[in-house]
Amino acid sequence: VAVPDKADLPQGTLDLLILKVVALGAVHGYAIAQRLQQVSRDVVQVPQGSLYPALHRLENRGLLAADWKQTGSGREAKFYRLTRKGRATLDTETASWRRLTEAVRLILEMSHAGAK
Amino acid sequence: MNWWRRLWHRNRMEDELEKELRFHLDQATTELMAQGVDRRDAERQAQLSLGGFEQLKEYCRDVRGTRWLEDLIHDVRYALRTLRENLGFAAVALTMLALGISGATIMFTVINGVLLKPLPYPEPNRLVAVNGVISTFGEFWGFSNPDFSDVKRESRTLDVAAWTYGGGTISEPGNPEYLDGRQISFDLFSVLGIAPMHGRAFRPEEDRQGAAPVAIISYGLWQRRFRGEASAVGRHFTFEGKVYTVAGIAPPGLQLAGDVDVLTPLGQATEARMQNRAARFIHVVARVRPGVMLSEAQADLAVMSRRLAQEYPQTNAAIGLVARPLQQELVKDVRSTLWLLLAAVGVVLMIACANLASLLLARAISREREFAMRAALGAGRGRLTRQCLTESAVLGLGGGLLGVVLSTILVRPFVASWPGILPRAEEITLDRRVLFFAFAASIVSSLVFGLAPALQLPGRGVERALRVGARTIAGSSRRLHSVFVATEIALAVVLLVSAGMFAHTLITLSSLDPGVDVRNVLTARFPLSPTARAKPAQIGQSWQEVLERARRVPGIQSVALTDIVPMRVGENSIGYWTTAVPPPPNQAPIALASSVSPDYLKVMGIPLIRGRFIDEHDLIDSPPVVVIDDNLARRAFGETNPVGKQLWSPAFRRSPLLIVGVVGHVRHWGLAGDDRSHVRDQIYYPFAQVPPPMLPFFSSVMSIAVRTQVPPLNVVEPLRQELRGAAGDQSLYEVRTMEQLVGASLNRERFLLLLFGVFAVLAMLLSCIGVYGVVAYTTSRRIPELGVRMALGATAVKIITLVLGDSVAMIAAGVTGGTVAAWATGRLLERLVEGMRPPEVSTFAIVLAALVTAASVASFLPAWRASRLETTTALRQE
Repeated sequence: VAVPDKADLPQGTLDLLILKVVALGAVHGYAIAQRLQQVSRDVVQVPQGSLYPALHRLENRGLLAADWKQTGSGREAKFYRLTRKGRATLDTETASWRRLTEAVRLILEMSHAGAK
Repeated sequence: MNWWRRLWHRNRMEDELEKELRFHLDQATTELMAQGVDRRDAERQAQLSLGGFEQLKEYCRDVRGTRWLEDLIHDVRYALRTLRENLGFAAVALTMLALGISGATIMFTVINGVLLKPLPYPEPNRLVAVNGVISTFGEFWGFSNPDFSDVKRESRTLDVAAWTYGGGTISEPGNPEYLDGRQISFDLFSVLGIAPMHGRAFRPEEDRQGAAPVAIISYGLWQRRFRGEASAVGRHFTFEGKVYTVAGIAPPGLQLAGDVDVLTPLGQATEARMQNRAARFIHVVARVRPGVMLSEAQADLAVMSRRLAQEYPQTNAAIGLVARPLQQELVKDVRSTLWLLLAAVGVVLMIACANLASLLLARAISREREFAMRAALGAGRGRLTRQCLTESAVLGLGGGLLGVVLSTILVRPFVASWPGILPRAEEITLDRRVLFFAFAASIVSSLVFGLAPALQLPGRGVERALRVGARTIAGSSRRLHSVFVATEIALAVVLLVSAGMFAHTLITLSSLDPGVDVRNVLTARFPLSPTARAKPAQIGQSWQEVLERARRVPGIQSVALTDIVPMRVGENSIGYWTTAVPPPPNQAPIALASSVSPDYLKVMGIPLIRGRFIDEHDLIDSPPVVVIDDNLARRAFGETNPVGKQLWSPAFRRSPLLIVGVVGHVRHWGLAGDDRSHVRDQIYYPFAQVPPPMLPFFSSVMSIAVRTQVPPLNVVEPLRQELRGAAGDQSLYEVRTMEQLVGASLNRERFLLLLFGVFAVLAMLLSCIGVYGVVAYTTSRRIPELGVRMALGATAVKIITLVLGDSVAMIAAGVTGGTVAAWATGRLLERLVEGMRPPEVSTFAIVLAALVTAASVASFLPAWRASRLETTTALRQE
């Protein structure tokens, strides 16, 4: 069963963004959604329907681990943190993302120059 | 967390999922409310941003990776529930499957133990049997002792060991008793790779003439005579009049072509045959040396046999040597029978599957609406198929489990009822391989019977299925039904014709004349007492006394001695020719040679055709005479009268043999086997003319045969008492009436007929149930249609014809296909089973008539019931 793709994010980027947010410190699902939205200045509209399946998938793959902890308001929430494997994945994924975007940028500028 | 833990903690995970999502909602709501949205709106917006709550949960569950297992558990529960609701169906299905699978499992257990498992020796694939081979005659196991010694000494590729039969009487400690024995070369144990349980194997210096008598005794004998005491090693016992020292105890279950109680060193034997290169009585087993290929061993043997043939042309010309894998050699007699039975059982299982498939198909069609509903609620086609297959797998595995339980109970009785010796019978156990087979058989069966209904599932046209309801049958499913039933009938025809062929063969064989008058004849092996054999000069006298004492037993009419009893294992054959100029060595025709006393013809009731039989005047100092059977007479002398002519057989006797009479042929190799045997000529010669050096040996292998006026088994005890001998160490063993021996010669055929008969009846029953089920089902679905027809004026006869029309086509297709398949099977059986007669037209006629009648009755019942329906009732079912 496919998760409905409400995101305008390229395929696979949601996982990378989640890993990045979690890398900054243990955090629960709601906060991840908020953080993504704020940091991207509302450009990235996090599809909340796919956030949780993505979190659970990352947890199953061993990239994230979770603990139940008290929040500031005293409620219990599921806090995600990065595992060692998750950090390694984040590093390689970030590097490859950089390479990719750089390559895309180069191609786009080349075609611009060609049109002149 | 691995998937197993995720599955295990399913409830906790559900709770946590709920809690996590709930937290998200609450957080979102609180935040919205802080921005001034009122509570109800805030809750609504939060909900919306997250999407459908339950749907989201489903997505989260999907990524757990345990989905398939949860579904499976769900499907299994559902399947069990539906089966429980339909107990009758479940019972019928499980019974059919359990019977089919247990049959197949029993047969596979036997095949696994006898044919497939490696022999219980280290590196069993290096063990071979060495056979002799003559181009005109074929392969034979016999080695002479000089040949064995030469091969053993010269072989560079094989470690060679030997054994031969050597039973006898034990007289101390305890009562005299006949023991199955073998004489073995000292290294037989080491070649096989086994060690005695206690004590030691023989030493090379014990395997020679004049060495002190030592023996290895069986586990059974050790328990029986020595109470299983460890001190038995080194103790003494009297066997064949000689005092033996126990050197070792054999491992339990040791067999050498049957049970063995005493093993003695072959090299200690002093009989004349030990030096005779023409006396081939030794079995040779060998182990291919490490690093040697079997082909190299064959080449080695070929070189040795050529050298022997050059050096000893009289005895060894034209004889080759060949090594055969020991395992194949041990089981070659039963291999084809076992596979044949597995095939037959497989056919029964297939019929059961076809039957079940059509039952399940009928159920699937009744459940069309249920499935349409599930499809409408969002179940994918794959998901529904999976559920259907799970249901049949539950049935299949349930049946399989019952089948395995049944086979554990039945496999021993089956092995015990095997006619004759089943080699390696003690190795037949239900092991992991058998369990795997049963499991695979169950799964394959469930696929076979579950696939068709599963493929019938509504994929498209859900709304049509929902709307129409369970009333019409799609044409395709009706055709499928017919295919299953036709298949069942075809398979049943194959089994019925096979059974018919066995019956026909058995009747034909039983009516054959065995060549002897089998009524009131008793035979038994009867070795002369070892003390009497020790004095060769008096052996003749001792035998005379035996004959006289036996004749005195009330109820006994006449008594004879013979070394060969018709249809019993154990024979002696010699080459012969009709001129003084010998043919090339080993090219001479071969005849079965029996050494008998004068009354043998009278006791056995063999007809005298020409001349006279052996009489009291044929003694050691009179000219050697023989009596031949009519086969030999015809082959060697054609139409001319052989009486007065001569035979030559130097390996047997230097001087020519005078033919004094011709008698009828005796089917020595059994009613079934005699026509196909290599040795069909027969020669009788007087026991009184056996040369004196051979007499002690002959006296240890003779049998006694008596003709009685009373039921022959009644004289066994008086005869045993009368013949105990002065020392009490003479006894009768292998006591059989001739009727038993003739009957036993057909045991294999009778056993196969019984099994095939049972299978065939089962197959016929199953296919009739199948026909009935399908016709009853399709008719019940057509009742509204039939109602309309009746309302429009169709008569009862018309209705019956209508309903029968379908089943007739079905039965006709099955019978046609079955006849072709049965004919092919018949040709196969003819090749596989000794003495099998080709399939007869009459067999087909009887079988087909029976099957068609039964199937018609099965399909007539529902048709008749339909025709008796009230029109209004039928219409109301609309």
